[in-house]
Amino acid sequence: MRLSYPTNIKIIRVPCTGKVDVMYLLRCFQEGADGVYCVGCLEGNCHYNQGNLRCRERVEYIHELLEEIGIEGDRVRMYNLSSGEGPTFQKYAKEMTEHIMSLGPNPLKEKLKKAVCA
Amino acid sequence: MIVAKRKPFAEIKEMLKGYKKVLNIGCGTCVSVCLAGGEKEVTILNTEIDMTRKLDDEPIEIQGHTIERQCDREYLAELDSIIEEGQFDALMSMACGVGIQFLAERYPLLPTFPAVDTTGLAVNQAVGWYEERCRSCSQCVLGYTGGICPVTMCAKGLYNGPCGGTNKGNCEISNEQPCAWFKIYERLKGQNRLDSIKKINAVRGWNDQIPRNLVQPGYKKPENALK
Repeated sequence: MRLSYPTNIKIIRVPCTGKVDVMYLLRCFQEGADGVYCVGCLEGNCHYNQGNLRCRERVEYIHELLEEIGIEGDRVRMYNLSSGEGPTFQKYAKEMTEHIMSLGPNPLKEKLKKAVCA
Repeated sequence: MIVAKRKPFAEIKEMLKGYKKVLNIGCGTCVSVCLAGGEKEVTILNTEIDMTRKLDDEPIEIQGHTIERQCDREYLAELDSIIEEGQFDALMSMACGVGIQFLAERYPLLPTFPAVDTTGLAVNQAVGWYEERCRSCSQCVLGYTGGICPVTMCAKGLYNGPCGGTNKGNCEISNEQPCAWFKIYERLKGQNRLDSIKKINAVRGWNDQIPRNLVQPGYKKPENALK
């Protein structure tokens, strides 16, 4: 298909989205990521039955945690698709990038830069 | 087991205001099982605090350490060297109220803050769902009530019931709250022991309202016991 998607996306592979822990997501923001999205299998199609459903719950939970910290919770999103849906993957990548661009950079990133320069 | 829930983040943040170096101590027993104060929860809370303080331009150095049990001197002892070397301004505990107090007692010169609210003694109904079953009233009547605790389940904590508020199996406070004494009736009926419900239990002695000390038979308080 030779589809392209935004180059600012870094893919972290996990065996199943059920492996994505709240701590993984928090750590991304602590290290300065502007946004994170989890792409799981279609709901009802999880090889491990509930992996993608658990991930969705964790994504919802981290919204609250990030808001408490002072970062927009909507910087984390969950998408579902099957491995045969290349164009959908591209569409979600573009959609997420545009969404994060509209929110601007992670507010923590500026602080991290200042800390390094100081 | 003892269950607890994490305090609201704003409250924790307020408590730590002004402190620059803090050790957050988790407990590997009950609060770990109920997903409130184990190693993982310590890491999550520390990350949150670290991030929010950076955003507020008041960075904090927060470390985490989880011990097996905070209600036992034997396990608390492993913190001695960590705390001595760490030069912390304050301690934070994610253990139940018992552990927090024991920690504060061991390090009386350091402010110790609770990161959880202890909720009670509960059973594990499903992952993440805990239901209170005991108020440790020191006056157990489960033998007469078919194994259902009226102190915990009845809104009025009646030792003899039901009251006039029983409503087709539910309590008057909510249709989602079963009437403890209706449940007790059903349970005893199934066991053919309905005469038990006629037994008048002694009124509540409020033994849980005074500091309780327990020394098991065959044991005694050591004369050099730490106060």
